[in-house]
Amino acid sequence: MSVLVHADTKIIVQGITGEAGAFHTKNSLGYGTRMVAGVTPGKGGQQTEMGVPVFDTVADARRATGATASVVYVPAAFAADAICEAVDAELDLVVAITEGIPVADMAFVRNYMQGSRTRLIGPNCPGIITPATNDKGCKIGIMPAYIHRPGKIGVVSRSGTLTYEAVWQVTSVGLGQSTCIGIGGDPIKGLDFVDCLRLFQDDPDTAGIIMIGEIGGSAEEEASEFIKQSVRKPVVGFIAGATAPPGKRMGHAGAIISGGKGTAKDKKAAMQKAGVHVCDTPSVLGATMKQVLGKK
Amino acid sequence: MNIHEFQAKEVLARFQVPVPKGIPVDTPAQARQAFLDLGGGLAVVKAQIHAGGRGKAGGVKLVRSADEAEQVARNLLGKALVTPQTGPEGRVVKKLYVTQGADIGREMYLAVAMDRAARAPVVIAAAEGGVEIEQLAHDRPDALLRVPVHPVKGILPFQVRRICFHLGLRGEQQKGGAVVVQGLLAAFAATDASLAEINPLITTKTGQVLALDAKMSFDDNALFRHKDIAAYRDLNEEDPKEIEAKKFDLNYIALHGNIGCMVNGAGLAMATMDVIQQKGGMPANFLDVGGGANKQQVTNAFKILLSDKNVKGILVNIFGGIMKCDTIAEGVIAAAREVRLSVPLVVRLEGTNVELGRKLLQESKLDLQTAVSLDEAAEKIVKAAGAHR
Repeated sequence: MSVLVHADTKIIVQGITGEAGAFHTKNSLGYGTRMVAGVTPGKGGQQTEMGVPVFDTVADARRATGATASVVYVPAAFAADAICEAVDAELDLVVAITEGIPVADMAFVRNYMQGSRTRLIGPNCPGIITPATNDKGCKIGIMPAYIHRPGKIGVVSRSGTLTYEAVWQVTSVGLGQSTCIGIGGDPIKGLDFVDCLRLFQDDPDTAGIIMIGEIGGSAEEEASEFIKQSVRKPVVGFIAGATAPPGKRMGHAGAIISGGKGTAKDKKAAMQKAGVHVCDTPSVLGATMKQVLGKK
Repeated sequence: MNIHEFQAKEVLARFQVPVPKGIPVDTPAQARQAFLDLGGGLAVVKAQIHAGGRGKAGGVKLVRSADEAEQVARNLLGKALVTPQTGPEGRVVKKLYVTQGADIGREMYLAVAMDRAARAPVVIAAAEGGVEIEQLAHDRPDALLRVPVHPVKGILPFQVRRICFHLGLRGEQQKGGAVVVQGLLAAFAATDASLAEINPLITTKTGQVLALDAKMSFDDNALFRHKDIAAYRDLNEEDPKEIEAKKFDLNYIALHGNIGCMVNGAGLAMATMDVIQQKGGMPANFLDVGGGANKQQVTNAFKILLSDKNVKGILVNIFGGIMKCDTIAEGVIAAAREVRLSVPLVVRLEGTNVELGRKLLQESKLDLQTAVSLDEAAEKIVKAAGAHR
């Protein structure tokens, strides 16, 4: 039915008493998501307005609730430490929403995670959602809930609003989503395309995959290689940034073309070679998926 | 954030990297004095702009007298220097760096950059310097040594040795090389740099190892913990529209086209630029108004877009998620009235309460067009901007 998270996943909110943490926790609860605990150091023992118990540490929150995942809304300067705390508490999944974490901090986090059981999504991402059936869904992050509906399309993307665009189209053409994963736009991050593609390939309830990349790095090229070898489900793709001038930073720290590498043209070519249905505009992602599935 | 050569050398010198003595100056008279203060003899007058390729563009001059230093400074200051990295309009020189001339024995290349694939800093070294490194990487990749550095422990002694041997530094020069490599990495780590480059690194005829030129750029996300580095920011090197946008937390990059774009989200903003170009137009900018596109943000964004005289039309493309489309429509209408919008406007809204949002736009009596898809929006604005003058 889904990958990584489902309606029964119990989640800890790190930074639950902050503005963003409180707001999005409320929305997640409204979607039927089991936000079972919050963590704000020094505020342990309190309860939020929504009745979620607050703990001083992730380990305490986990012990008390049996949660297996966390979401990080902690400000950028302290976010890397918050991720490491969740890794230390041996959670299965950490979703880091926070934008603007220094790259060196993320290099440290990835090093710290080596050998751990934890998977990281993000940072600088919208999060992950498994759409609700019978008013029970799992929405971890800042995406607008109502654009989703349950279905068989897996979505993985480096961009936020472009993901919403794709999701909305998938919903509008009458298909729905198994799980949508925003992997984030930072150069050093957690799960990458290949990890998510593998999960979707192995998920019996995902029939097709939409993959949205952007300029910079080589994750799309690696994904193309993996698709060629191991993905037997149709993949529809888009790459943003074909017209971005080299060397300029387009909002996402990861989206820099340097040394002639990471161009949209190269990425599209690699994806096409791997059999991905590459769209020239994001306006046709949903329709293309519908068409491709119809042919099967 | 980028900094000037003289600033990068200040940073490196703090970490024991040997650099030639130098004095930053703003006037020809100061250049004359700097020449004398450096002890006379041979000096180099170097234009300080945030772009490479200065030498070939005539921005680096050898001088042998105080008169010559003053004359060269007079010629360079206030002049636009055009290099492959500045674009055709060039960059006006406002500052010069007068440095001692060096007795060059051999030139090498040494840099460290944050590498996303290695998830760690990577040292890049080549035994030949002063070259276009991208060209060298393309022509003879074997000439480049790449050494990933442990993100926590830093560089290890054997790695320093390997780099020095690759650079062709042996004996006393190896010791000097090790000081440079360790200093460069220490500076990189201590300042949250994204790039620190010495090109060329030289050996002098007396056997010294010296950073003849230096370039550093930094992770903007980490500047909050480096007040000293943040203070190096030179507003002269930035587009005034980009400076203005930063004040309002708008993510704006000036480009050369005639269609202003206002979009929420970086990926969607890039996609919008792409589709405008596919439809035969040219984007004037990249602009991400962020998740909370309220009236104030939209008004500020309109003002910045309109301050670009090349803009002949504006495309607003907003996916209303948390922020509902009717709220955004109200913001666009109020902002367009406030700034007395004078160019064609196409608005494409999608998401929460989209019907209500479109209705508000249509009833506003504003001279604007709406569109349902991004493709349709781009077609409309390209056409409207073409007709507008």
